[in-house]
Amino acid sequence: MPSAEIPTLDIPLETYTLPNGLRVTLSEDHSAPVVAVNLWYHVGSANERAGRTGFAHLFEHMLFQGSANVGANEHFELVQRAGGTLNGSTWLDRTNYFETVPSNQLALALWLEADRMARLLPAMTQDKLDTQRDVVKNERRWSMDNQPYGTWWERLPALAYPEGHPFHHSLIGSMTDLDAASLDDVRQFFATYYTPDNAVLTVAGDFESGEAKRLIEELYGPIPRGVGRPPLPPMELPATFGRTLREEVADDVQLPRVLLAFRIPPFGTEAHYVAEMAAAVLGVRQGSRLVRALVREQQVASDVHAFTYDLPKGADLLVVDAVARPGVSAAQLEAAVAAEVERMRAGGVTAEELERARALVESGFVVALQSAGDRADQISRFACYFGDPSLVNAQVARYQAVTAEQVTAFAREQLSEDNRAYLVYVPRDGADAVSDADVEAEVLATRALGTTVAGEVAA
Amino acid sequence: MTAVGTVAPEAPPRPGAGAPRPYHFPHFERRALPNGLRLVVAPVHRLPLVSVVVVVDAGAASDPAGQEGLAVLTARALVEGTATMDAVALVERVERLGSALDSGADWDAAVVSLTALAPKLAEAFEVLADVLVRPAFPVREVDRLKGERLAELLHLRSEPRGLAEEAFARAVYAGGSRYARAEAGGEASVAALTEADVRAFHAARYHPAAATVVVAGDVTADEAEALVARTLGTWGGPAAPAPAPVDAPGSATRRVHLVPKADAAQSEVRLGHVGVPRDTPDYFPLLVMNSILGGLFNSRVNMNLRERHGYTYGARSGFDWRRAAGPFSVESAVASDVTVAAAKEMLIEIDRVREESVGDDELSLATSYLDGVFPIRYETTAAIASALASAVVYGLPDDYFDAYRERVRGVTAEDVRRVAREHLRPEALQLLVVGDPAAVQGPLEALGFGPLVVHDVDAVVR
Repeated sequence: MPSAEIPTLDIPLETYTLPNGLRVTLSEDHSAPVVAVNLWYHVGSANERAGRTGFAHLFEHMLFQGSANVGANEHFELVQRAGGTLNGSTWLDRTNYFETVPSNQLALALWLEADRMARLLPAMTQDKLDTQRDVVKNERRWSMDNQPYGTWWERLPALAYPEGHPFHHSLIGSMTDLDAASLDDVRQFFATYYTPDNAVLTVAGDFESGEAKRLIEELYGPIPRGVGRPPLPPMELPATFGRTLREEVADDVQLPRVLLAFRIPPFGTEAHYVAEMAAAVLGVRQGSRLVRALVREQQVASDVHAFTYDLPKGADLLVVDAVARPGVSAAQLEAAVAAEVERMRAGGVTAEELERARALVESGFVVALQSAGDRADQISRFACYFGDPSLVNAQVARYQAVTAEQVTAFAREQLSEDNRAYLVYVPRDGADAVSDADVEAEVLATRALGTTVAGEVAA
Repeated sequence: MTAVGTVAPEAPPRPGAGAPRPYHFPHFERRALPNGLRLVVAPVHRLPLVSVVVVVDAGAASDPAGQEGLAVLTARALVEGTATMDAVALVERVERLGSALDSGADWDAAVVSLTALAPKLAEAFEVLADVLVRPAFPVREVDRLKGERLAELLHLRSEPRGLAEEAFARAVYAGGSRYARAEAGGEASVAALTEADVRAFHAARYHPAAATVVVAGDVTADEAEALVARTLGTWGGPAAPAPAPVDAPGSATRRVHLVPKADAAQSEVRLGHVGVPRDTPDYFPLLVMNSILGGLFNSRVNMNLRERHGYTYGARSGFDWRRAAGPFSVESAVASDVTVAAAKEMLIEIDRVREESVGDDELSLATSYLDGVFPIRYETTAAIASALASAVVYGLPDDYFDAYRERVRGVTAEDVRRVAREHLRPEALQLLVVGDPAAVQGPLEALGFGPLVVHDVDAVVR
């Protein structure tokens, strides 16, 4: 086994909870004079109510508009003046805020996050809300409406999750709903979700544990606990779609594109590790089945890859994303994708294929450990979703434990025709042609391979 | 002010900074092999990981006239098989080691890069050496890559951001400049390229005297040298020096360029002109000046267009640093109905940074950011290797990284104004818009900025 040569890499972790419910994880590493502060609030678009879609993300923008002791955009200025980097992003079921600063600036980063957790509302004005609404509308135009295929990450969840399910509606929201958002909504949302008991705080990098604890106690200890978040509607779904779902979109594009989604068990379950390995064999990197068959041998696609969304509740999605070569029709491309999926269903996978996937997972994990910011974000993920940051150190072993037999069984059960959702883009003028530039924000691949999730919306 | 009426606690005072911990860019060593191949090694023993970047003086700027795209095609085709391994076997071998091997070219260099776990480095590096020296360039794979580039160009017709970048290059540079055409070539030149052209370009331009191997990570300089000597020590071949890139500007006076895109949801706006070569002695003042103008979130351009007016999701400015003078531009994507209003604000900001002295607050924000963020930039072996590779390509002095922070801190308000006056030239600005002609053409004509040139999409991608 090649992995025997790789030393076990355990991230050091110290975890505790403040009386107000804030869960804290500290991870010391003194190799560079750099420290990351990372907060996950357990709220995303899934928590929005009807008529207020896009609000979780609009609210994320408002968090950079100042708090009681911080002016509008001063958060950005103070962190950058301190020599740090920062941002925030909104996802279906969480919103995160993060800074990486020189280690002598830890107190500032913690203070800034505490000021907005405790004292955001005194700084909110109608004027700020109106401006950020315009900014978000332009963000929507920029990332979706004025991009070929840009609407895919709104349309795919809408197709794959039933009407009324928390993951069904758009993350960035409709323009109409954004117009309806009021200052009162801002207040309500803040009081409901932006509370210490609905957040996890991670500090990773070059700091001294005692000093960090003292600062966290002083800055976050006095913030009152919330009244509890309203429960989400039931998230549970049957194991499969039950039929083939399909949507065809005529768009201002030159080349057909096929997104094929399968319903899979939620992120964090044993079965999900199997699904991620299946995705890696099928469509992660150049040696994967889909790239070899569609890009190299048949030359019907210029780009194809597979990824999972990694949603930890209800059901997740495994997605295959393929862009046609010029002269190849949507139907041809779809048939080629389906044929490869069928081949995996009928024939299963080999131990050799799984070895490639394992090797990529293992090295991807080490690569992802390098920066304090990435480490902190991974720790927050497991703390927020499962209440157990130490799961971060169990990941590689869990991937390594997946067997070819399990992946073969998964393919047979979950990649069937009654569990497929096709989102197909065709050129509007009906002329079928093809390709894809390397659209960074659209490549969403298996997290374990050290890639980032697209569709997260940054501030 | 929470829902239960509990009053939020008073804030402790804003904390100051503690004493900074010292930081030094990783120590690196230079070595050379008898065949002229150079080596730069930065041992970093944090994690069992190594990044390798090989740079070869065979970038897109040196494409032969009429063969635009050849350098990029050649670099991409390197990993498509060697004398001993076909493309699939090669990919299998690399990925089963958990490694990633990538090849491509930018304006100034062909780049082959690799990240590997330390115990797998030697095996993965053997594959890298093989693709560098003995690529097979199978006709089928070269044709496939050509097809993929042509597909990219087809896609570009519907992709406003990429279209703006290519059209802006044509608007800013003289027709005969290589910089007026896309890095990876246009439809006409790419379609004409053959596998024989690729083979000839590789034979002429890839040789040890034109290449440097950069290694950063869990390896010693001696280990790295032994590995490179074993795998690339016998590499030979004649050296044909790369021609100097041509950065001649196009129009010396203001023009408005419109690439019509019916029903576009937004306008992509670019305002700029030919910039400054990377080796300019004004590099540090320009870096600081641009941070203030449009390089940071809190820069003038972003605060004006995004936060004051709500015209956009983001606005920025930047110099594209190349061996010769790459473009300078202010750029944004704005709502169609404020296209001209946004362009006017960009012009105001360019004039203001030239005419008025920047305040202490703005200056110190830029300098303390660039100074403080320096260690954060080099947390990964890939970032360290890439920075050292840039230093090789642009001939930066050996003390460049150690002196960087001091050079940044030394920039004064007077320096900022001087370089803004010298290198930003309002009279030569070209304004380019990719947008809905029904919404923007009339207002652009009425702007009085300069004569309007309408660019056909076909011409831009050709």
